[in-house]
Amino acid sequence: MSSSSTVQASQGIETPSGHEPDEHGHFGRYGGRWVPEALVAALDELETAYEKARHDPEFLTELDRLHRDYTGRPSPLTDVPKLSQHAGGARILLKREDLNHTGSHKINNVLGQALLTKRMGKKRVIAETGAGQHGVATATACALLDLECVVYMGEVDTRRQALNVARMRLLGATVIPVKTGSRTLKDAINEALRDWVTNVDSTHYLLGTVAGPHPFPQLVRDFHRIIGLEAREQVLARCGRLPTAIAACVGGGSNAIGIFHAFLDDPGVRLVGFEPGGDGIETGRHGATLSAGSPGALHGAMSYLLQDEDGQTAESYSISAGLDYPGVGPEHSLLKDLGRAEYQPVTDAEAMDAFALLCRTEGIIPAIESAHAVAGALRLGKELGPDAVILVSLSGRGDKDVDTAAKWFGMIGSDESAESADGTAIAEGVVREPAGSFADAGSETEGIQA
Amino acid sequence: MSGVDEVFARCRAEGRGALVGYLPAGYPTVDEGVALLTAMSEGGCDLLEVGVPYSDPVMDGPTIQAAADLALSNGFRLKAVFETVSRVSAAGGACVVMTYFNPVLKYGVERFAADLAAAGGLGMITPDLIPDEADEWLVASEKHGLSRTFLVAPSSTEQRIASTAAASSGFVYATSVMGVTGARDSVNSAAGDIVARTRPHTSLPIGVGLGVRNGEQAAEIAGFADAVIVGSAFVTAAAEGGPEGVRALAQDLAAGVARAGLPPT
Repeated sequence: MSSSSTVQASQGIETPSGHEPDEHGHFGRYGGRWVPEALVAALDELETAYEKARHDPEFLTELDRLHRDYTGRPSPLTDVPKLSQHAGGARILLKREDLNHTGSHKINNVLGQALLTKRMGKKRVIAETGAGQHGVATATACALLDLECVVYMGEVDTRRQALNVARMRLLGATVIPVKTGSRTLKDAINEALRDWVTNVDSTHYLLGTVAGPHPFPQLVRDFHRIIGLEAREQVLARCGRLPTAIAACVGGGSNAIGIFHAFLDDPGVRLVGFEPGGDGIETGRHGATLSAGSPGALHGAMSYLLQDEDGQTAESYSISAGLDYPGVGPEHSLLKDLGRAEYQPVTDAEAMDAFALLCRTEGIIPAIESAHAVAGALRLGKELGPDAVILVSLSGRGDKDVDTAAKWFGMIGSDESAESADGTAIAEGVVREPAGSFADAGSETEGIQA
Repeated sequence: MSGVDEVFARCRAEGRGALVGYLPAGYPTVDEGVALLTAMSEGGCDLLEVGVPYSDPVMDGPTIQAAADLALSNGFRLKAVFETVSRVSAAGGACVVMTYFNPVLKYGVERFAADLAAAGGLGMITPDLIPDEADEWLVASEKHGLSRTFLVAPSSTEQRIASTAAASSGFVYATSVMGVTGARDSVNSAAGDIVARTRPHTSLPIGVGLGVRNGEQAAEIAGFADAVIVGSAFVTAAAEGGPEGVRALAQDLAAGVARAGLPPT
């Protein structure tokens, strides 16, 4: 067995995981369908199409072909010995979803749902996006498969992820900045749901995470199970043992559930999700839904969410647009309650320290989302010691975050940042000597604030 | 017989359908909201839908979203919905609450039902709750004698129309178009279809909402539905004309409903 993995993407959907929701889509008390009646028929249609497709050799073969020849699966497993020195000597292995076509794990789910869209005979796709990674992946699949693509993105996010807005538009998608509410991912989902209710006959809502009404949490998860299935085989081949712990970032939770799932029945493997701690849980400015939230219904599912005592959704905050969401997938809520997975907050500052460290020590620029998982792995390594093997879901690459990072580390002034969607401002801005934590990264990892 | 049943029986006895008007509680403030809802009742609304402003109103268009945002930014707290129902009921209005379900979940379904009944509320309309997830509400509504209005949609299958109507009491709410709330220029032909498809499955009155803004449209809908439900147009009238604005709109709509007489059942 080589490190290149023999698992096919279709295995994650063809073979049930053994951890299925009940017939109404409930994971314990979570999940289900907390939706307007107007959407039920479309959800039933999707469920039927998925159940048919997952046993259709033609569908499975096409999915595998695309993931092999287009996505570039399997994604590699990378040893990062220099990073490990900063993690108490624990061996850290990165599952490189950042090397997939479009730059993140999101393509796993998007190609699957785009193929389902074709099979349902729908010609128009809508999607929400936070960091823009899911939007880019969706725009990509729609270009490939000749589908009309409309992406809803919070206005705040269109600014902090301007490069991805340009990418989506280059790919032929219509990007609609959402100006309601907190103008971030939550509000983008609201607008996508409003569009879907109106155009449900012609339109598939290509939801980008393991949240939303049944069957989304199940089918998005299944399309991402390939992450863990590959990684499990790769770690066993490389190390001759299972990992001690797995670290993944959790916003909605799609990359985390994708990598966790192959290890759910390995009780010796610790599953740890790292949530956006923002400025710190105690400040109230964070997006750590499982760490600080309570159960409720949002965006079609019962799950943990950040809410006030009247059940109004609280505003989340994170430096990472992709994690800046006050909800989370229902299966994570169940895994938390069962104690099978644990969830810890990572602050902006911790994530950015880890971001800098991975850049400097290993030559890998991670997405800021994924930097939360790297920070978590550093924390776990110090706790578990040099005998530990820690598998990290490096869910995306950081090209899109260069502007945010350059500002954080004081390399460009905030007045020189990319306000337009053309992504040119960084190149034109005055590049300064790195200040503060970035220059120090690699020699020091504890608590450096920019 | 629940309070909502009595409202519909009274309208039927007068040989006409019912006019149902929506306004969010606390819009623009709690006191002004009470005055507006009272004026709507006095102007001819047989039943008032007292809305609960919510942070993520995914079924609502821009008009009602903005109203909810304003109520919330003016400090609306959930308990004010009971105060609103209590004061409007005391002034002679018949109130049901229309709410996204998470505020009810957070408050506690049983506690919400108890407090709503105590305030004089007659029932609840739940636009993002389907009977499949409503076990707790089914029990609490029975216990406290509250009507339960679920929604059917043009996309609903026959089977779902049947099960949704069976789970409902008071009246069934038929959404006449696929889409979010908001006044529209014309009544969609789907409205008649969804009422006709629902009729064989229930003896409950069927109300039609989404898009009505004047007496002419109200008369058209009252020709085939038992209740005409108007929301966004009242919000706009409140913003533009205050209590007198909503009273005038209610009078126009009520005249349209009366003109149409009773629908064939």
